[in-house]
Amino acid sequence: MSITAAQAATIAKLARLRLDDDTLEAFAGQMDAILTYMETLGSVDTAGVEPLYSPVEHATVTRPDTVARTCTREDILRNAPATDGQFFVVPKIV
Amino acid sequence: MSAITQLTLTAVRDKLATKALSAEEATRACLDRIAATEPKIRAILHLDGEAALATAKAMDAAGPDPKKRLWGVPVLVKDAICVKDAPTTCASKILQNFVPFYDATSVEKLKAAGAVILGKTNMDEFAMGSSTENSAYQVTSNPWDLTMVPGGSSGGSAAAVSARQCFAALGTDTGGSIRQPAAFCGTVGLKPTYGRVSRYGLVAYGSSLDQIGPLTRTAEDAAAILSVIAGHDDRDSTSAPRDVPDFEAALAGAADLSGLTLGLPEEYWDEGVDDEVRLACRQAVDAAGALGANIVPISLPHTPYAVATYYIVAMAEASSNLSRFDGVRYGFRDPEAQSLEDLYELSRTKGFGPEVQRRIVIGTYVLSAGYYDAYYRKAAQVRRLIRQDFLDAFQKCDVICGPTSPFVAYPIGQMAGDPLQMYLSDIFTISLNLAGLPGLSMPVGIGRGSGLPIGMQLFGRAFDEATILRTAKALGEALPPLPDEPAGLA
Repeated sequence: MSITAAQAATIAKLARLRLDDDTLEAFAGQMDAILTYMETLGSVDTAGVEPLYSPVEHATVTRPDTVARTCTREDILRNAPATDGQFFVVPKIV
Repeated sequence: MSAITQLTLTAVRDKLATKALSAEEATRACLDRIAATEPKIRAILHLDGEAALATAKAMDAAGPDPKKRLWGVPVLVKDAICVKDAPTTCASKILQNFVPFYDATSVEKLKAAGAVILGKTNMDEFAMGSSTENSAYQVTSNPWDLTMVPGGSSGGSAAAVSARQCFAALGTDTGGSIRQPAAFCGTVGLKPTYGRVSRYGLVAYGSSLDQIGPLTRTAEDAAAILSVIAGHDDRDSTSAPRDVPDFEAALAGAADLSGLTLGLPEEYWDEGVDDEVRLACRQAVDAAGALGANIVPISLPHTPYAVATYYIVAMAEASSNLSRFDGVRYGFRDPEAQSLEDLYELSRTKGFGPEVQRRIVIGTYVLSAGYYDAYYRKAAQVRRLIRQDFLDAFQKCDVICGPTSPFVAYPIGQMAGDPLQMYLSDIFTISLNLAGLPGLSMPVGIGRGSGLPIGMQLFGRAFDEATILRTAKALGEALPPLPDEPAGLA
């Protein structure tokens, strides 16, 4: 699998990263080497093997549907880059 | 070095409990040691000396509490783990000013047990790395040779324990990040079974791989910490609903290894391992045999696929976990951002270091439409085969044993240009995280050629930390100890 700088740019966009041309070029080359290495998995026979996504395979854990207050608005806004005291403030979207 | 910081955790704990030592004296001794050694090793990102002394004094006023198993013991915590009202940066610029309003469960438990939290240790950014060189803030040196890396990603914690700055430190292990720096710095490092210790309050890197665990000088010290931090937690849905054995009691009287079968996987002992590492580990295995252990050869046949499997899974999970860092609710927001698109892209690009960006990009790629089945799903299938290798091997032995790393610590800067080479060096540690099983690295000697510490791993069955701790204790006592003072600090 050969990764071009253009492909790296598309992926970077998906990941919400804005990389300059030099970085994209470097990343494309490194990704190429790394992904080629990862393709060695193609030679493993996995016919009929269930994927293991987590070592924990117990059933979904639930809790009673009761409201609990574990923190305050001040706690939550404490690290906000921009806030009006009530909400997180972001650039206008619409 | 003061007599106090020379003690093990269990020894200092006893002195504290009998008031032979006050909590203030213990904390002061560590702070003095930190002042003397930090200019050389730079293990600590954030030191809370005044707060620690205040806590210690208050504890002295109330007197030792026998119900608190770590009463008065000073410890450090890796900066990926939330400590309330202290910075938690994950060694990243994107969290430079982040101060959590809560303690991680493991930190809550340490505090409830009477431990004194001194501060936060350096690491590879977001735990991505094997040398601590990826920290956005500083490079930590190995106390055994200041020109060498301490290993990673818990390099700060390993160096701190090795330099006697504290009696234990918490680290995290996603692909070997407790065990490998423990090996490089000559300490014990334990990765518990997945689910044994709550991940609540740990900034997530690979959610199906991450575990918090102790770095300490001895196996008994590790058992003391594990007994405190382990346990089911409602706030972590992957935490195991299992009782926590008294690990310290399980170690009492462990002196010989008769009745124990040690399996040596052929894939971990081949020509890929440096001669001095293989020699030191082989001598340790011989010592285990002399203690009565039965040694058998085994195989973990999917080992050659472990690095590729691990990095696909870990990078995929990382790309998802790190999507929360968007400049909206916490962390760095680029002041130049005009639009929402700017907000996300500029904050993330300026806030994340290159290794983190690389892993996010690869992770995004392997999860993207058209590639998900070929990479991520395929890796998950191979993951099951890797886990099955271990389950099959544990039919033939009780503990699996092999070197932690193919080589000892190397010069700072040596691996900088080659990320793939860095990934390949994780070959002996990563399979354990894929399988979710417990493992420990213990020091087994100093390399004849390099003069640097060598670590050997012991892997156990799920939730059988007691057996690997017992084995490490008995073996540790049978082997010659490492020199008291790491050579780089002399």
